[in-house]
Amino acid sequence: MSARPVVDVRDLQTHLVTRWGTIKAVDGISFSVAEGETLGLVGESGSGKSMTCLSLVRLAPRPAARTVGGRILLDGEDLLTKSEREMQRIRGKKVAMILQDPMSSLNPVFSVGMQMREPVASYHGLRGRALTERAASLLAAVHISAPLQRLRSFPHQMSGGMRQRVVGAMAIAAPPRLLIADEPTTSLDLTIQWQYLNLLKELQTQHRLAMIFVTHNLGIVAKMCDRVAVMYAGRIVEIGPVRRIFKSPAHPYTRALLASIPRLGARAEQLTAIDGQPPDLATLPPGCAFAPRCAEARERCRIEAPAETRLDETHATRCWLHAPAARSGAPQDAGGAGAAPSEARL
Amino acid sequence: MSTAGTRAVAEGADSLRDRSVGGLGGPSRAPHEAIRRGQRLPYFSLTIIAIFVLAGVLAPLLQLPDPLEQSLRLKFRPPAWEERGTWANPLGTDRLGRDLLSRMVWGSRVSLAAGVATVLLASALGAAVGLVAGYNGGRVDATLMRITDATLSFPVILLALILAVTAGPSFANVVVAIAVILWARYARVIRGQVLTLMELDFIAQARIAGAGATRIITRHLVPNTFNTLIVLVTLQIGYVIIVEASLSFLGAGIPPPTPAWGSMIAEGRDFVTSAWWVSFFPGVAILLVVLAFNLLGDWLRDTLDPKLRQL
Repeated sequence: MSARPVVDVRDLQTHLVTRWGTIKAVDGISFSVAEGETLGLVGESGSGKSMTCLSLVRLAPRPAARTVGGRILLDGEDLLTKSEREMQRIRGKKVAMILQDPMSSLNPVFSVGMQMREPVASYHGLRGRALTERAASLLAAVHISAPLQRLRSFPHQMSGGMRQRVVGAMAIAAPPRLLIADEPTTSLDLTIQWQYLNLLKELQTQHRLAMIFVTHNLGIVAKMCDRVAVMYAGRIVEIGPVRRIFKSPAHPYTRALLASIPRLGARAEQLTAIDGQPPDLATLPPGCAFAPRCAEARERCRIEAPAETRLDETHATRCWLHAPAARSGAPQDAGGAGAAPSEARL
Repeated sequence: MSTAGTRAVAEGADSLRDRSVGGLGGPSRAPHEAIRRGQRLPYFSLTIIAIFVLAGVLAPLLQLPDPLEQSLRLKFRPPAWEERGTWANPLGTDRLGRDLLSRMVWGSRVSLAAGVATVLLASALGAAVGLVAGYNGGRVDATLMRITDATLSFPVILLALILAVTAGPSFANVVVAIAVILWARYARVIRGQVLTLMELDFIAQARIAGAGATRIITRHLVPNTFNTLIVLVTLQIGYVIIVEASLSFLGAGIPPPTPAWGSMIAEGRDFVTSAWWVSFFPGVAILLVVLAFNLLGDWLRDTLDPKLRQL
């Protein structure tokens, strides 16, 4: 984890301009992902996970969405300063993305082979027989049997799991530096899900990809990720190593999320849900966005938004409960003794 | 003995296969056979279209009487099977004694050419507008769609009449007049389809793979809207033939003496009670061709859907 980060995001802000006002969909997010590392991005729907991913490749839906601030360093180059033309080149070569819906992730009018050959041809400069073989070997790499025959199939002749594997194969056609997987298994069967997750892990280790894995399934986070960032209302409320966060979650929202995972053997009434609704991003309260639903909210939480507090080298959260006691009027410090000021890097 | 037996079996299989391909005469006993061979072709429409196209193309070679040659002695000859009819003019003659069959054959050139040319022009223009509007969205979309709406509210016949009056009636003017209105329908349909396509992940996936606007439009949007376009084109050819005929009927279409089905009907309308054949046969020709194109369009719609095709 000490390796130089592949992607380093600092204070990213993406706003949506709508009829009802400006929505801060991504509100000052910072994280970094190293080679071979997986960062999980979890949170409720509408917490800004997908918008963060799209902003990374500068594809947030325009004209509504604008990335208004921050830096996105990919291998040290700031993507926010690139022209659209340069971005197109970077997208194809350095970043790949796997999206949620396998049913529509392939162009229905072309055979799988035609769609596979394209990125392979442009990246490896192959043609003819060599090209077909290379495409077939990619399909074989994602465990599709009879790849040469499968190249001739059309997307609708394949199952969802198989299509999603084809998408995976296309993603690694030109081995990218960063792979963004936006809930890639949400619409797959459980058994297929597990297979696909294993496959992603395998591809990642093979190509030493930095991976951002978006999900709302904490079980998948535990399986796939090295570190996890918990998002709420466009902000990262807690970030740290998966084990650390599962063992001692600092933010009340993280704790609530973990408590709401059903466990085998637990009695039904022990299953807790988080009260209230996800916040309306257009009318956020002045203080902490989670305060209205937080069981431990204090007076200060409703007035002032908490800054980031570092609990140790790798673990940070945005919550007054953990803010340095030095601040006047802060609620008593519940954990992280010697918490550092907020601007420290993760 | 055994060879004869196998041959009988083979023949049985053959006849089975033939029947299933034809699909006639009740439920086929080997339905998957028919499916494997693709759907049944729309023989009826194809035959009619082929006849008229061939007639139009081969008109100069058919040894027919000159469609423009007048002979007052021969005027209002009835079709051959009627009393006074002769096989020299199988479908009879018109007010000026011109051979009706010959005029119909030459007229099919004009009608079909006008139909195809107009629809190609209109669909190219309309598809381009629809693609640009749907792809860009926002203000571009709003502007283009308002223009489309305005165009759709403009009566074709009126515009064609204005053009005919100002620029004089001609084949080119008829084509332009109809295409200038007709493109809006294509624009609207294609734009709608592009909007749904843009929501699908493979477009997003293409963008992430570094595709630009040109690439997404040519590689993803056009192929995916192509089926719709073909179906629409086929259905609209029939419509355009009717509009062209209406214009010719009103005198704003192809100028006389060039034979066109619409103007032939118009010429006969004063004599329907005494010489019904003058208007009747061109009317039947329009009916058949339009029907054939519509059936073909329906068939294409069912067949071109890749999902239906593979079922």
